[in-house]
Amino acid sequence: MAQEPLLQLKGVSKSFGAVQALYRVDFAAYRGEVMALVGDNGAGKSTLIKGVAGIYPFDEGEVYFDGQPVQIHNPREASALGIEVVYQDLALADNLDVVANMFLGREMIQKPWRLDEAAMERKALETLDSLAVTTIRSVRQPVAELSGGQRQSIAVAKAVMWNSKLVILDEPTAALGVAQTRQVLDLVRRLADNGLAVVLISHNLHDIFEVADRITVLRLGQNVKEFIAADTTHEEVVHAITAGALRHVPGMVKNG
Amino acid sequence: MSGNNPAHLMRTLSRIWAWLFLLALVIFFSLTGEGFFSLFNLQAIGANVAILLIMALGQTFVIISAGIDLSTGFVMGLASVAGAMAMTALPPGTPLPLIALTGLAVGLGVGLIPGLVNGLIIAKLKVPAFIVTLGMFGIARGAGFLLSGGMPLPVSIQGLGRIGNGYLFYYYPSQGLSFLNPPAGVTGVELRQVTGILPHPLTFAVILVLAAHWLLKHSRFGLHTYAIGGNQEAAIRAGIPVDRRTVALYMLSAGTAALAGVLYNMRFTNGAANSGEALLLDSIAAVVIGGASLFGGEGTIIGTVIGALIIAVIQNGLVILGINPFWQFVAVGVVIILAVLVDQAKEQVAS
Repeated sequence: MAQEPLLQLKGVSKSFGAVQALYRVDFAAYRGEVMALVGDNGAGKSTLIKGVAGIYPFDEGEVYFDGQPVQIHNPREASALGIEVVYQDLALADNLDVVANMFLGREMIQKPWRLDEAAMERKALETLDSLAVTTIRSVRQPVAELSGGQRQSIAVAKAVMWNSKLVILDEPTAALGVAQTRQVLDLVRRLADNGLAVVLISHNLHDIFEVADRITVLRLGQNVKEFIAADTTHEEVVHAITAGALRHVPGMVKNG
Repeated sequence: MSGNNPAHLMRTLSRIWAWLFLLALVIFFSLTGEGFFSLFNLQAIGANVAILLIMALGQTFVIISAGIDLSTGFVMGLASVAGAMAMTALPPGTPLPLIALTGLAVGLGVGLIPGLVNGLIIAKLKVPAFIVTLGMFGIARGAGFLLSGGMPLPVSIQGLGRIGNGYLFYYYPSQGLSFLNPPAGVTGVELRQVTGILPHPLTFAVILVLAAHWLLKHSRFGLHTYAIGGNQEAAIRAGIPVDRRTVALYMLSAGTAALAGVLYNMRFTNGAANSGEALLLDSIAAVVIGGASLFGGEGTIIGTVIGALIIAVIQNGLVILGINPFWQFVAVGVVIILAVLVDQAKEQVAS
C-alpha cells in the first residue's frame, strides 16, 4: 500500500567547498519500518543523516516531515520534530552515569533549579524496561564501565525517550561482538514494531537483511536504487552499491 | 558485585586517600607541634586558607570542564586594586557597610571582565584555554600594576579591617557569647581573654563552598560542566550550549578570584596587584590534590576543600615546628605528585 512517508527528502544536495557530497538525493522513511541506508565509504550516508539531524543543513532540496515541508537548521530543531540520531561513536560522556547520559541536555528540573534525580532515574528505568534492555546492572554506574552493546542500548534508549518519531542509527553494530549485535538488532526491530520510523546505516548486509524492510543505496553522493528487502538479494544490493547507475554524471553541468 | 577486587579497592582508596592524608597530617602536627591543635590555631588555619580556597572554587569548575585558568592570581590582584581604589575614593563619612559593598561590587565587576574575555576567546575562537589565560595572566598583571602605580594601595578606613579579621561570635568567660563585637565594657588586657569563634573569612568561605558544591552537584550547570569535560562532542550533540557554558565557567573562575581579591582588601586593608601571585599555583594544586583530573570530567568541591586544607595545614604545621619555611614548597610539591600518582594507579588498575 502507498503509505505516506514520515520523512521525505526530495532532491537534496550538499557540498563542502569543491566536494559535492550529495547531489539531488531522494529518500524516504516510513512509520513502523526499518529503512536501511547503504553505500560505500564516501557515498554520502553520513552527510545525508547529518543534514536530517540539522548538523550540516542541506544546500538545496526539499524536506518533508509528516507531510509538512520543514527546514532543519540545527540539532534542536531536529529534536523538536521528533528526529533523533544515534551516532557511530555514540556521543556518550563516559564520566557520567547512565541516567545523566540519557537526559543530557534535557535534564528534568525540580523547582527552582535543582536537578530532579529521582524522576530522571525513574523515567530512565521505565524506558530501558520498555525496550527490554535488561543487562544494565545499575543506572547509576558510569557509562565507562559498560560493554559496547550496553552502551549502544543506552544510546538508543536515550534517542527514543523523547517521543521521537524517527530514529537514525549510524553503524550501531560496527564495534560489537556476535551476541551484542544480536541484542542491538533485536532492539532496532522493536523500535520499528513500536511504530517508529527507523533509519539504519550499516556496512553489514547480513544485519540489514535481518532487520530492514527497505534498502536505499547511495553511490557517489546520489541515490541509485531503493529495494524492498523481501524482494531482493545480497547480490542485487552489492551490485547497486558498487556499480549502480548514476542519474547524474559527476562533473557534468549541474542543471543538466 | 565484587567488593574486593583491586579496581574497587583502588577506587575507594583514591576517593579517601586525601581525607586520610589530611587526618594523618593533623594528628602528626598535633603530637609534634605545640599549640597546633588549639581552637585559636585551627581557626587561624581556616581564616588563612579562605582566600586560597575561594580562588580554587572557580578553578575546580574550569578544570572539571577540561580547561585551566592561569589568570586567576592576577585577576585577584586586579580586583583587589580596583576594590581598594573604589573604597578610598568614597567621601569620608560614608557608612561602613556601603563602603564594603562598593568595594565588593567594583572588585567583582572589574574582575569579571577578564573572565568574560577569556571565555569568549576560548569558546568562540577556539584558542586553547592554557594560551588565552596565560595571555590574560600578563594583561591582568600589567593592568593591576598600572592602575595602582606599582605600589600596594593602603585602604585606611576605620573598621574595614574588622570585616576581614573579626569573628562572628566572641566568648568572654564572665559574659558569655556576644555577636560580631567583643562584649561591651571589656577593654585593655581583658580583651586577651576574649575568644573569637568563627573568623569572618572562614564563614565567608564556607558559604561560598556550600554554594559551589550545590551548583556543581545539583544544578544543570554543574552536570553540564562534567559533560563538557568528559566528552565535549557529546555535550554539543546533546544540545548543551557549550559556548555559553564555557563563557560562564571562565566568568565563574574570574568571579571567585575577584571575591578573593576583595576579601584580601578587607583582611590586609590594602589592595595589591601581586596579592594573588603565589596563590594561583596553590589553588590549582588544591584542585588536583582534591582528585580533579586535568583531563577533565572529574573532581568535586569537597575534594578541593580537602586539597586546600592539606596545603594550609602543611604550611601552618611546618611554621609551628619551626622548620625553615622553604620546606613548605617542597612538601606541597611532593603532595601534588603523590596525588597524581594515586590517580594514575586508579586508572591503571581500572583498565
